[in-house]
Amino acid sequence: MNQEQPLANGKGKNNITIQGISASPGITIGLALCVGKQEHQTRRRTIAKKLIEAEISRMQEAVDKTKVEINHVRQLIADKMGEKHAYIFDSHLLMLEDQMLIGETISIIRNERINAEFALGMVLSQLNNIFQSMEDEYLRERGADIRDIGRRLMKHLVETDEEDVTLSNLRKEAIIITHDLTPSDTAQMVKSKVLGFVTDIGGPTSHTAIMARSLEIPAVVGLKDITRRVQNGDELIIDGQQGLVIINPDEATKERYRVISKRLEQIDRDLEHLRELPAETRDGHLIEIAANIEFPSEVGSALEHGARGVGLYRTEFLYLNRDNMPSEEEQFVAYQKVAEATAPYPVIIRTLDLGGDKLVSYFDIGEEVNPFLGLRAIRLCLKHPEIFKVQLRAILRASVYGNLKIMFPMISGAEEMKQARSVLEEVQEELRQASIAFDEEIEVGAMIEIPSAALTADILAHVCDFFSLGTNDLIQYTLAVERANENIAYLYDPLHLANLRIIKQVIEAAHSHGIWVGMCGEMAGNPLFALLLLGMGLDELSMSAVSIPEMKKIIRAITLKDARATAHKALQMTSSAEIAEMTREKIANLIVEIF
Amino acid sequence: MIKKKLIINNKLGLHARPAALIVQITNKHASEVYISKGDSRINAKSIMGVLTLAAAQGSELTIEADGPDETALLDLLEELIRNGFGEE
Repeated sequence: MNQEQPLANGKGKNNITIQGISASPGITIGLALCVGKQEHQTRRRTIAKKLIEAEISRMQEAVDKTKVEINHVRQLIADKMGEKHAYIFDSHLLMLEDQMLIGETISIIRNERINAEFALGMVLSQLNNIFQSMEDEYLRERGADIRDIGRRLMKHLVETDEEDVTLSNLRKEAIIITHDLTPSDTAQMVKSKVLGFVTDIGGPTSHTAIMARSLEIPAVVGLKDITRRVQNGDELIIDGQQGLVIINPDEATKERYRVISKRLEQIDRDLEHLRELPAETRDGHLIEIAANIEFPSEVGSALEHGARGVGLYRTEFLYLNRDNMPSEEEQFVAYQKVAEATAPYPVIIRTLDLGGDKLVSYFDIGEEVNPFLGLRAIRLCLKHPEIFKVQLRAILRASVYGNLKIMFPMISGAEEMKQARSVLEEVQEELRQASIAFDEEIEVGAMIEIPSAALTADILAHVCDFFSLGTNDLIQYTLAVERANENIAYLYDPLHLANLRIIKQVIEAAHSHGIWVGMCGEMAGNPLFALLLLGMGLDELSMSAVSIPEMKKIIRAITLKDARATAHKALQMTSSAEIAEMTREKIANLIVEIF
Repeated sequence: MIKKKLIINNKLGLHARPAALIVQITNKHASEVYISKGDSRINAKSIMGVLTLAAAQGSELTIEADGPDETALLDLLEELIRNGFGEE
C-alpha cells in the first residue's frame, strides 16, 4: 500500500502517538535530533546488525587509546618516582584486558545490540555496586580505580562517536530529543535552531518546561523512554496543547495539525489586542500582571505580551555555564539593561539561587544527599557573603536606572531575612561611603517557598516590604513531592488544600501588615487557577510571557465578587478533585463566552 | 586439580597491587585458577575478579588450580600470599 513511503531510519515505526506531559503550548512539525553528551552512559541506542562489529572495534579502539595513555603516565611516574610507585598503573593495564570489564562489555554490545557507551556504563555500574557494598573501607575505595578507568574509556568512546551533537553546535533547525535539559545545557543552546523540546523526564515545572515557555516553543516532557524510541531524522509532531508526540506522522495527520496550528496563530493574534488593556475585572478590581524572565533580552517579549513589569528575574543564569563568577561590572550591565528596558514598570530581581539542580563548575558546594534541602539559594549566599555582596552591589548600582526591587530566595523565616538584610545594609553603607548612588527606598522582599516561612508569614512580614509566592518549590516542600520526578508527578497538585490554605494564610498575613503579595510560580500563569488566585486576594501575578494574554482575557471577563465566592467555596471543600471540577467548569463556561 | 587454603595476612588485604601481582603470575601459566572466599568464586586471571573478592586482612581463601603447571603455579601463589605480597 504505502510501499513508496520510505521507512525512516529503518525502524519502521510510523504514525505512533505517545502521551507525555504538556510543558509549553504550540504545535510544531520537524525532524528529530537526539542530543546530550553527558547522557552517553545512560542513552541507549540500538545498533544495526551489520554495524555491530564496527561498534565493537570502536570499543577496542577506546581500550587501545586508554592503554597508550596509561603506559605513558606509568613511564612518567616510574622515571620520576621509581618503579615501585608505578604498580597502580600495572593494575589499570590489567583491567583494560579484563574479562569482567572489557570482555563483558563487548559481549553485551554483541548480544544486546546496544552502543558501546551504554554497554560499558552497565558493566561499570555493576562493578561499582560491588565495590560500594564492600565492608573493608580500604578495599571499597579501590572502586575509584575502576571509575577512573571507566572515565578514560568513556572519554575516548565519545570522541569517536560522530553522531554526537550538542546544543551548542546545532547546524539546522530541529526538534531536540534529550533525556533532560539542565540549566547549563539551555544556556549554551543555539536557540534560533530549536523548534521544540521532547524529553524523557520532567514535569510542567521542570527547567525544560520553563525554558520552552520563555522561548515560546512547544515542549512535551515526561515521555519516559522517548530517547530510545526516536532516532535522528525521524519526523515528529509536537502537540504542546495536549502533551502528545507523534513519530513519523502520515500525511493526513500532518494536514490535521497544520489546520490546528493556523487556528492557534489566529487566537494568538486576537490576544495581542489585549496588550494595552489593563488586567481589570468587570467590577473594577486591578491586579498587576508581570513576567518571569531569565535573560535581559526577554524584557522586550514580556512587554509585548502585555506585562506591566518583571515579577521574577532569575539571576542565576548569569552564573551558569561558565568557568568563573560573573564580575560586579558584568552583573551591573545586565541589571541596568533590565531596569532601563522595563522602566517605569518594576523589576523584582531575585538574588542568586544556586544549588539544588543549579550547579556551577567553579564553585563546589560538595556532594549532597538531598540537594533541594541543602546548601542553596540564600543559605549559600549567607555562607559566602563575598559572592553575595558582589551581586548586591551590582543590583544597588543599577537601581538608579529604573524601578528595581530585591527578593531573597529560600527564606525560611524572619531571622534569615534579617541576616540577608543586614548584609544588604553593609553593602549600602559601603556605597554611601564611596559616594555611589543607589535607590535608598529600594523595596526588599522574601520569596515564600518554604512552609516554615509561609506559616510564620505574620512575623516575617515585619521585616519585608513584599512577599512573592514561589509555588514551584512551595508545593514541592509542602507536599514532599519532587517536581521533576515523573513517577510521582500525579501527587504534585497545586490545588491540594494544604497548598491553598498556605497561600491564603500568607496573603492574609501580608495584608494585615500592610505589605503587598504576589505569586511568581507556574501556578500564577495557569488560567484554571485565575479565579482562585484573584479571589484569595493576590496583588500581583508573574508568569511566562506567553501566558499573559490569555490570563488577562480571563481576568477581564470575571468579577472580583465571583472570584472571592469561588475561593471561599474552594477552601470549604474537602478534596482537590472537587475544587478542580468547580474551577474547570467555571473557566470552561467563561472560555466559551470569551473566545 | 589441586587445592589449598590460605590466609591473607598483609594489612591492606587484596588491593590493587597484590591483585595485579596475582593476575600477572596466573596469566603466565597455562592452568585454570579459581579463588573462592565464602560464597564467591572468581577466575584468578581477572583482576576485577580478584578485586571484587574484597579479601581484607584475615580472609581465608581457597585456591584451586587445574592444568599442566598447576603445582608450580600454586606454589608461587602460596609464597606470594604467605609473604604478604612483600607488604606489611
